[in-house]
Amino acid sequence: MGAYLVRRFLLMLLTLFGMSVLIFVMLRLVPGNITDIIFDSAGFVNPAQKAKIERQLGLDQPIVAQYITWISGLARGDLGYAFVSERPALEEILPRIPVTAKLAVLALVFSVLFGVPLGVISAVRQNTGLDYALRVVSLSGLSLPSFWLGLLILMACVNWFGWIPIYRSTPGSFWSEIALLSIPAAAVGFRSSALVMRLTRSSMLEVLRQDYVRTARAKGASDPSVNYDHALRNAMLPVVTIIGIEAAFLIGGLIVTETVFNIPGVARFLVEAIRWRDYPIVQNLVMFIAVIVVVVNFVVDMAYVALDPRIKYEE
Amino acid sequence: MAVIDHDVELTRAGANVRGRLGSMLFFVRRYPLGAVGALIMLAFAATAVFADAIATFDPLTTNARDSLAPPGDRHLLGADFMGRDMLARIIYGARISLAVGLGATTLGCLVGMIIGLLSGYFGGWLDLTVQRLMDIMQSLPLLVMALVMAASLGPSLTNTIIAIAIPLVPNVARVIRSNTLSLREMPFVEAARAVGMSETRIAVSHVLPNTLAPLIVLATAQFGSAILVESALAFLGLGVPEPHPSWGRMLSESAAEYVRTAPWLVIFPGVAISAVVFGTNLLGDAIRDMLDPRQRF
Repeated sequence: MGAYLVRRFLLMLLTLFGMSVLIFVMLRLVPGNITDIIFDSAGFVNPAQKAKIERQLGLDQPIVAQYITWISGLARGDLGYAFVSERPALEEILPRIPVTAKLAVLALVFSVLFGVPLGVISAVRQNTGLDYALRVVSLSGLSLPSFWLGLLILMACVNWFGWIPIYRSTPGSFWSEIALLSIPAAAVGFRSSALVMRLTRSSMLEVLRQDYVRTARAKGASDPSVNYDHALRNAMLPVVTIIGIEAAFLIGGLIVTETVFNIPGVARFLVEAIRWRDYPIVQNLVMFIAVIVVVVNFVVDMAYVALDPRIKYEE
Repeated sequence: MAVIDHDVELTRAGANVRGRLGSMLFFVRRYPLGAVGALIMLAFAATAVFADAIATFDPLTTNARDSLAPPGDRHLLGADFMGRDMLARIIYGARISLAVGLGATTLGCLVGMIIGLLSGYFGGWLDLTVQRLMDIMQSLPLLVMALVMAASLGPSLTNTIIAIAIPLVPNVARVIRSNTLSLREMPFVEAARAVGMSETRIAVSHVLPNTLAPLIVLATAQFGSAILVESALAFLGLGVPEPHPSWGRMLSESAAEYVRTAPWLVIFPGVAISAVVFGTNLLGDAIRDMLDPRQRF
């Protein structure tokens, strides 16, 4: 196990290093940087002034030197300065994380709360009307773009309650903030809950037809006991994986939903930074997302070992 | 246990199905939801191809008098702020969605297939390098990767297709690789080698055709997500640029302002996206059931 952990850790570092090179090169692949955007909107270009700004931002350096500056800074916890606000990138990013994190947690809670029970019901009642209805609902969950779902929710709020759930940075209490965030969280979580539900259903069905389940039934165990004590526990294994992966990949849904609901979170901030070619922000945020994905993948693999004693990462 | 009626089971499994029409009828009866999905996809493709004949308005012509006209006799689905007919824009928008969906899926699957086949069949250092590269590409969510790609390539139809195709590559490569790994050890590969076939020829004409079933299953799923990602990119202002009518951009940020005053601008493009992706998912599920019997639930 020790050797496996070390190897795995080194691979994680390698992946993150590769990601940092990829994102760095990709951002600088195209001609045009923030100075071009500034001078485009100003309407005229003074080459001397442009060169001066580029020098201030370090954009005149060779690309390798720029990369080394960034990475060595990152290692010291110095993320550089944002181009647009000229404030330290860390100060720009950190305050925006809590809102996004709360949204993500709420969306996950939503997806598990709805996805798992509905998936189990759908499997236990396989090929009944209820099963078909639930399957169509879950399939539509995978088909609706989450920003459109967000817009529909906004529309419903406006037309039925005459009120728009706009996020305020200083809400009354913890609970009122949660209540306010739960609306966009539902818009994001609907898709994940559909995914969780489909996987729970197919995993449940697979387990339900195994021999030990038949044995349990033959012994005279009651239906709920067979379904929940015997089957569900084993069916949850792949579901845990998908929940973990969804946790890391929620950021995609959060980007559009934060834009729709005007939530000042880190996901919307990434899009703004991409539009402005604000390299320090984009680079660091992308790395931050990559770290989350890589760490979550690792945690999921470890959870697997804890949940299923048959799995061992040795060799 | 119930008694097995062999005739019923045989019919269910598709025995005695003759001819193209017969197998189509069998598909409809066996996978009714899949047939609905296929119908939706057909209608979608026909709309995109015959947009010129179907649309009664030009999607780009602005008309100040019709600004924000509600749905009615003149504009069936209303008109947008610039007085452009919504129905025409949605019809022409199908072209963008179809182009991006087909283009990105084809490109992503093709590249992924080649990479997966090479790394699975030939293995060695090539396989190791490719796997690490795929690790790197999979460490970002699809939309984030596509966002960065789209931003760095610049806004155009081709670039949007590339930006969506690249993040699709690792999924395809992984699936093809793992299939190739098990196919490589099959007796028919050994037989081909025994009669003196070259390794490249075995890979292309014996291994590759056997990976097509999982590839088709994957491609249908990718098609739907490509359309969803395109609409999200367009919604965020980083997709196909004006004046092309893209469903996602029709819903872009300004749409939030019309939630109160012109709901038709918000409802219809979203319905179009959802219907098409829903159709893909229905069809994809049926195809998966058909081609991948191990997952038949």
